[in-house]
Amino acid sequence: MFSNLANLLRYRGLISSLVARELKARYRGSMFGFFWSFINPLLLLLIYSFVFTNIIPNQDDKTKPYALFMFCGILPWTWFATSLSDAAGSLLAGGNLIKKVLFPAEVLPIVNVLANMVHFFLGLTILIAFLIFYQKMPDPWDLVWFPIAVAIQLVFSTALGLLLAALTVHFRDIRDILANLLTLWFFATPIIYPHFQANVQKFKPLFNANPFTHLAISYQEILFFHGPIGHWKWLLGLGAASIPLFLVCYWVFDRLRDSFAEAV
Amino acid sequence: MTAAIELTNVSKLYRKYSGRQFSTLKSALLQRSILKDLRPNETFPALTDVSFAVSRGSTYGVIGRNGSGKSTALKLVAGITKPTSGTVRVDGRISALIELGAGFHPEISGRENVYINGIMLGLTKRQIHERFDEIVEFAELREFIDAPVKTYSSGMYMRLGFAVAINVDPDVLLVDEVLAVGDEGFTHKCLDKFSEFRRRNKTILLVTHSLNLVEKFCDEALWLDNGRAMNHGDPKRVVGAYLSAVEQSEEQLMAATTAKALREHDGQAGPVAQEGQEPQEQPADPTTNMFEATEGRWGSREVEITAVSFVAGDGQPSHIFHSGDAMAVTVSVRAKHPVDDFVFGIGFFNAEGVCCYGTNTYLEEMNPERLAGAAEATFLVDSLDLVEGTYKVDVAVHKRDGAPYDYHRLLYTFRVKSRVHDVGIYRPKHRWRFAGDVTFGAVK
Repeated sequence: MFSNLANLLRYRGLISSLVARELKARYRGSMFGFFWSFINPLLLLLIYSFVFTNIIPNQDDKTKPYALFMFCGILPWTWFATSLSDAAGSLLAGGNLIKKVLFPAEVLPIVNVLANMVHFFLGLTILIAFLIFYQKMPDPWDLVWFPIAVAIQLVFSTALGLLLAALTVHFRDIRDILANLLTLWFFATPIIYPHFQANVQKFKPLFNANPFTHLAISYQEILFFHGPIGHWKWLLGLGAASIPLFLVCYWVFDRLRDSFAEAV
Repeated sequence: MTAAIELTNVSKLYRKYSGRQFSTLKSALLQRSILKDLRPNETFPALTDVSFAVSRGSTYGVIGRNGSGKSTALKLVAGITKPTSGTVRVDGRISALIELGAGFHPEISGRENVYINGIMLGLTKRQIHERFDEIVEFAELREFIDAPVKTYSSGMYMRLGFAVAINVDPDVLLVDEVLAVGDEGFTHKCLDKFSEFRRRNKTILLVTHSLNLVEKFCDEALWLDNGRAMNHGDPKRVVGAYLSAVEQSEEQLMAATTAKALREHDGQAGPVAQEGQEPQEQPADPTTNMFEATEGRWGSREVEITAVSFVAGDGQPSHIFHSGDAMAVTVSVRAKHPVDDFVFGIGFFNAEGVCCYGTNTYLEEMNPERLAGAAEATFLVDSLDLVEGTYKVDVAVHKRDGAPYDYHRLLYTFRVKSRVHDVGIYRPKHRWRFAGDVTFGAVK
């Protein structure tokens, strides 16, 4: 297992070119091409702005402008959710490679997570532009935490991506279950409502048990709220837990590896 | 010489899950049987105790029928699947021409696909850059290299895949029936490339149905059947053994076809049932219906055909003949009571239902006088000058006016094999003669 894991480093050239291919192929043939990576989050932001200022105006002063607040959570969530659903189907989609070429299968889900990370970064530029527009400049010291949060999310998503990819080969229904589970998970995470709301506090232990809560709150504190990062302990805790999680998921993947070529 | 590829007592079992149980996670969870279901309840042996070694620098051919385990063997060598038991050892870098262009992305250009495919096969970006022109040249795709791969024809796709895989510069090249993809010219280019590989002392493992290729090209051959190694060694000998086994199984198939046809049409026109026969089933004149190829058996059975046998020149009963062989068709009959009006007839039809030859004793001016009890009529052919193919046979005993005693319509089958793949219905005995400045080179 560990030698396979070490091999992963050798495949970084392969992974980077596959990520580039994924990004290139994604918008090939569309008129705006790569700009969709910017247009999509921009449109989403405009819709939320309109809805939450004109239709359901939000009262809480701390979360104004509300659309921007939500956006801080939605961007990383989109990265997370699409990574998982792409990764779950990755081995089936890449079946040709696994069956016909000697190909390190774990590369496929990893490429999905990374390609979606690039989309996340592109969307982030829109977010930053609007943060500047609303004059909500994040504290530079807070920003030190940003790469840490991204790194932790990367490890966490990759771990789950590997596990889902391996299991989906044998249980195809995981993809459908996952789609519904992700919707539930989205609403169970303080993304479109602030975590300090009174009715959220009532269920605090439940929210704390949700790993993405800590990522969402961290992003919100880093990018949106002023003041010190109060959530860093939880964030680091999640980071510490992600590493053994990754090892366990990779172990499962490695165990099932030989069955892929036959079951895909 | 050391072995570049070595398989020792390799077996490969494919699992057959009884699909229903395993198909959904829900049922697996409900029945709490995930672990049980993960275990296969039936296995299928794709390879059983196969051992062979390919020495460095040699070309090794694997032949066998469909489903004999050839491709599985290749996948094991490539490391795509693992053996259930036994060991596979390969020395050096492998490039597998198993599925050409696996991993090409249809939306991006040929150029980008070459790079990504090359990286997948283990090259670095620099190496691909250096070999890029050579790859494109080999694939003959210079003008299309920047078009998306989805616009390529299947031939272009394969050529590009082949060009990348062959330029990986492997120590061991695995080839699975890929020479069938290109046109004549490209196939020659590939063969030249293989020859170059041989000269550079690289190892080639070739899986193919082209026995000619194996005979001409390989240093050694292996014949797999049902996942077992039947024979290995000198290609000519192995191919010969394989061919005669194929012939044998074809022979069995022919015999089975004949037996089935007889079974189906037997008893339908017994002496009693004959009254109930529909008139159109009893052609008054067999020659008018000669070209209507439907199987059947009819007649009054006053004289009954009890057996028909095909005998080859060596005296052995057979259903497979080689073009130019001697053949004897013996029709055994039994007359219920002595008759003085009888004609023995025979006809050969090819697979398209065209009558290749038909004759009878009456046409050949034999005047019947007496037929009683059990008798035999043998139709002897000194030289069966038919082209390769499967032939069906009519045999009949009837009266001179055509009223049938027993008419067997297309119930018998035999096969003619030929090393010359000429076409048509029959092969006249022939030679060629040339005058003037005409020369022929060595056989390709």
